[in-house]
Amino acid sequence: MDKTDNISIEELAGIAKELRLDILEMTTRAGSGHPSSSWSAVEIVTALYFGGVLRYKPQDPWWDERDRFIMSKGHAAPLLYAALARAGYFDLKELSRLREAGSPVQGHPIRGLMPGVEATTGSLGQGLSLGIGHVLGGRLAGKKFHVFVLLGDGECEAGQIWEAAMSAAHFKTGNLVAILDYNKYQETGPISREIGLEPLVEKWHSFGWNVHEVNGHDLQAVLGILHLAKQLEATGIPQMIIAHTIKGKGVSFVEADFTFHGRALTLEQAELAREEINAAG
Amino acid sequence: MQLGKLAGLQECDVPLRNIFGDALLDLVRENPRVVVLDGDLGNSTKTEYVRQEFPERFFNIGIAESNLVGVGAGMAGAGFYPFIVSFSSFLLCNAYDQIRLAVAMSDIDATIVGSHGGITLGKDGPTQMGIEDLALMGGLPTFTIIVPGDPASMQAAVRAAPNIKGPVFIRSSRVPMPYIYPEKNTPFVVGKANRVREGNDLTIIGCGMMVSAGLDAAAILAKKGIEARVVDLHSLRPLDREEIIAAAEETGAVVCAEEHLLQGGMGSNVARVVAESHPVPMRFVGLADTYVESGDPWELLEKYHLTAADIAQKGEEVVKVKAGA
Ligand SMILES: Cc1ncc(C[n+]2csc(CCOP(=O)(O)OP(=O)(O)O)c2C)c(N)n1
Ligand SMILES: [Mg+2]
Repeated sequence: MDKTDNISIEELAGIAKELRLDILEMTTRAGSGHPSSSWSAVEIVTALYFGGVLRYKPQDPWWDERDRFIMSKGHAAPLLYAALARAGYFDLKELSRLREAGSPVQGHPIRGLMPGVEATTGSLGQGLSLGIGHVLGGRLAGKKFHVFVLLGDGECEAGQIWEAAMSAAHFKTGNLVAILDYNKYQETGPISREIGLEPLVEKWHSFGWNVHEVNGHDLQAVLGILHLAKQLEATGIPQMIIAHTIKGKGVSFVEADFTFHGRALTLEQAELAREEINAAG
Repeated sequence: MQLGKLAGLQECDVPLRNIFGDALLDLVRENPRVVVLDGDLGNSTKTEYVRQEFPERFFNIGIAESNLVGVGAGMAGAGFYPFIVSFSSFLLCNAYDQIRLAVAMSDIDATIVGSHGGITLGKDGPTQMGIEDLALMGGLPTFTIIVPGDPASMQAAVRAAPNIKGPVFIRSSRVPMPYIYPEKNTPFVVGKANRVREGNDLTIIGCGMMVSAGLDAAAILAKKGIEARVVDLHSLRPLDREEIIAAAEETGAVVCAEEHLLQGGMGSNVARVVAESHPVPMRFVGLADTYVESGDPWELLEKYHLTAADIAQKGEEVVKVKAGA
């Protein structure tokens, strides 16, 4: 944590680039996985883990006052694993075993299999409820921490999300921060064509949340809003950050084609992607 | 390991889910009452074929399985025949109570298709695998339960479903399965097991991909002078008690094989019939109490002992027990 408190935006951008490359290498090697869903949230997760937002101790992963990060959109597991490895929870070389039989680096996150993996997810819709449970448990135990949950936009079609939304406000979970990766696509098409979510800000607002909007790839802005959300704990109102993102961010031909959902890149595509990510500023 | 190779089965390079998608499209073309609902997985379950040709009769209900089941059941009430499709795991585990009330207790005419059944979806891992789906279906008394084990039986099952009174469950799969039956004139009758190999030393009873694996196992056993009968128990409800009893009486030893938890699956159904009719030694191939991790499907089948060799080994064992050795 200390080492990340005074990190510059340039340094954060460098970490984001590394995570993008990690995701590419992991999923290409595995021959499957969800690179586009992972790339979409790289800046958000970078800001959380490396921008001094989350308080955590890799050497003591289950420290009871750690801030929680719950990857509710579990198919973005490669992003979670890459961030945990680069944050020091485990060796980077574990990443190369993504999706292999016998590997703890599972296709979707399984709680406790790797240090720092807080929740078993992959069936969408479940993470926000878990977050509320951590808040209520922490309150009861007199522990101080924040809980961050990353949601997909398609995931917000799930009824449980709205059950959780309602109860979060009811229980005055001011230390709960949800980040919605609003990349405008689900698995089989654009959100607006499949199951429209709009008006999204109004929906969360009417469920009793304080809603922020941000460009989810602008590290400075993401960092600012995450810190602000933490500071608003005393209001007792749960904080929703709607992050406008691009699915596949960083690799132009993936950004342009939603059918990349849940597909690894071919070796040739991976070569192009590698060049593009490396060339980016 | 290529499924069905030892048994000399004709390979099919099309995954069972694509066979399902094509069969469903044919049905939608023929039967104007059929509608299709999916939970944002049409690209994986292959209901996308219907979506492309009949967009007005296809409904993506999104990542919302409870709503998916409820809406589908409602459409049955409005006079249509719904196919409600998603991964077996998400559909049954997320929407069990909706299936229970709106479909099973209401005894409506509808088909639920659980795609990506078993562990052979592979690398996505345990949260996506349907290893308890048959047990869950077993808890819904009005359902007909079908687990097709080859392309022709999948086609026949899809065709048969709308003519069945009450709700139907069909399990689909991400992997290809070899041909056990000819594509035309498949001997497929719901509730009637198929004897796909004769033999008198033991009977191997399987469903889904374990029918081919069972035939491979029979080939392994034949080299050792053991002749196994193989039964394709594609329908778990209604259960073909006669064929199961015949297996016990005529061969005196039974091995059950399924891509599912041992708890509450096909084997437990067979065991109940054997126990109350004609008890004989039995062995079971399936998943012991465990979740299965991500991995290459064929590697996982080996690691968790769901291969022809495992079935053959249990076969040898049960024949010894039968002989009193
Ligand atoms: C309950 C459930 N239903 C279906 C799926 C299959 N699935 C995996 S990812 C996905 C799309 C997710 O879209 P979104 O939440 O927008 O995430 P993105 O990949 O766009 O970040 C679907 C339908 C699932 N994992 N869980
Ligand atoms: Mg999305």
